[in-house]
Amino acid sequence: MEVSKVKVAIIGSGNIGTDLMIKIMRLSETLKMAVLVGIDPESDGLARAKRMGVETCHTGVNGLIEMPVWNEIKFIFDATSAKAHHANWEVIKAFPDKRIIDLTPAAIGPYLVPPVNFQALTDSRNVNMVTCGGQATIPIVAAVNRVAKVHYGEIVASISSKSAGPGTRANIDEFTETTAEAIQSVGGAARGKAIIVLNPAEPPLVMRDTVFTLSENGDRDQIRQSVHDMVADVQKYVPGYELHQEVQFDTIPESDPVFIEGLGHRHGLKTSVFLKVTGAGHYLPDYAGNLDIMTSAARATAERLLQITQGK
Amino acid sequence: MKPIYIQDVTLRDGMHAIKHQYGKETIKTLALALDAAKVDAIEISHGDGLAGGSFNYGFGAHTDWEWLEGISEVLNHAKLTTLVLPGIATIDDLKRARDLGVESVRIATHCTEADISPQHIAAAKNLGMDVGGFLMMAHMNNPSDLASQAKIMEAAGADCVYVTDSAGALLMDGVIDRIKAFRDVLKPETEIGIHCHHNLSLGVANTIVAMQHGANRLDASLAGMGAGAGNAPLEVLIAVLNKMDVEHNSDVYKLMDAADDLIRPLQQRPVRVDRETLSLGYAGVYSSFLIHAENAAKKYGLDTRTLLEELGKRKMVGGQEDMIVDVALDLVEKVND
Repeated sequence: MEVSKVKVAIIGSGNIGTDLMIKIMRLSETLKMAVLVGIDPESDGLARAKRMGVETCHTGVNGLIEMPVWNEIKFIFDATSAKAHHANWEVIKAFPDKRIIDLTPAAIGPYLVPPVNFQALTDSRNVNMVTCGGQATIPIVAAVNRVAKVHYGEIVASISSKSAGPGTRANIDEFTETTAEAIQSVGGAARGKAIIVLNPAEPPLVMRDTVFTLSENGDRDQIRQSVHDMVADVQKYVPGYELHQEVQFDTIPESDPVFIEGLGHRHGLKTSVFLKVTGAGHYLPDYAGNLDIMTSAARATAERLLQITQGK
Repeated sequence: MKPIYIQDVTLRDGMHAIKHQYGKETIKTLALALDAAKVDAIEISHGDGLAGGSFNYGFGAHTDWEWLEGISEVLNHAKLTTLVLPGIATIDDLKRARDLGVESVRIATHCTEADISPQHIAAAKNLGMDVGGFLMMAHMNNPSDLASQAKIMEAAGADCVYVTDSAGALLMDGVIDRIKAFRDVLKPETEIGIHCHHNLSLGVANTIVAMQHGANRLDASLAGMGAGAGNAPLEVLIAVLNKMDVEHNSDVYKLMDAADDLIRPLQQRPVRVDRETLSLGYAGVYSSFLIHAENAAKKYGLDTRTLLEELGKRKMVGGQEDMIVDVALDLVEKVND
């Protein structure tokens, strides 16, 4: 029922903002795409919005709050940059009825990974979606950690060169640093490490993410099951998220430990999880799973927050 | 003409050959030997650059900081240098290395992805460092597009840009074409470097033809100690330069002694052209994949050469070591079908 939908705005008309707009319009039963906000009137994203019948604004957040529809907007997605998000939040926080879902690496609000820590953050007015690699891998770190204490979590995200926009490329350290922090604070690892690799192959390769954990010696069947359950949870909002291989285990014996910076010599169980994230092909083709997992996580977050506020 | 600049990589690329297990004392002994033989620069870090220690690339015996500590103070001739791969190491890591006396750094990206390096290049310049741009897997990009990537690094502030044949897959004409393309587009004051792997036994030959066409920073390592079949063997390269009457600073006899007396005894897996390392060059695969592929082949009952060839077919790039086990599992499944 169209009338019961809650209006949302997206700031940022690049790859992420535009893909999120398309997802909300095509898939959401509870969110209504009201405004796409950009700063370049000629941008492809704003042109796409106009063609799809979405109101646009090319004067940033200050233009947005002057629009008549602003009063009705409940959720704002920020898909700009870390720097721009700081400025946007300064403006938006003065409106107590608005909640913001931050898809930049600014991380003013707490990190949110839907199947891991959504329940703890339902009162937060500003939540941060970590990174694409973080959304893909932190659920797995948490899945191991709920069975066997994770000492160290390491992730490798491989994305196709075509799906990495100029913002990502100019700020690659933000990816590694933000993801590593969230592997610890959300995933539960005592120490986190993140690596990102761009691959230019043609045709473009679908996004791959690999998770390695070193945990205390846990029951392998329980860990395997926990990982499978978590993958099923993520699939609820990212249909193209899958295990590409069965979970692999190696024992790191006490007699031949690994030397981990910040932790020293450690032994235990190494778990390797090989993931593949195929996009839905909304704005970029289906190799861009990195785009999909961010925008899908953001959409799922808004829908779940709405469910809670509406008391369902 | 400026004397040729000899960049040693024994203590960085050489890490791959011994799974990043140099002890602190060994690093110091080797650095002193290289300095006494007057190489111009000594690169020290994990094989995959600063912060490379990981499940994906192998954990080191020490942290980069432990390896680097106390080295710059004992060098009389050589500059202490290191390696950064954006996506693995960060600008904070670079600053920490600078604080330990590192004067020069190579910022490395895949040969088509130079635009992830300008932040790191600019940061290194701001720290007062000499900076090289390091375009890896250079065989996977054509000369003119590779030169455009070199331009991006130059524009960001790089003092030198390298043709980096990480797979040891380039033939001599391929090296010449790329160096010429660099010379055509780069400013005259921007230096050109060459980094070879010996997988097709062309390490020295490729380095020499690069020099003859304008490269003046040459990478090499003692006894070739490096990933795959190793790098251009330093003592051999210097002997050849002597016979060519090329001006440089290094002492060939001291290098011969260090290669045979200090390095060869450390090699667990011999660094040489054999079936596996030749396959790297033949299939165009990142040389650092070697030991990881040998381990995966052993664990999953596969042939290393088959695994390396499949990785080459799938166009895996440097840094995607996680895909070695992934591809091995795909091959196991295919065998079982």
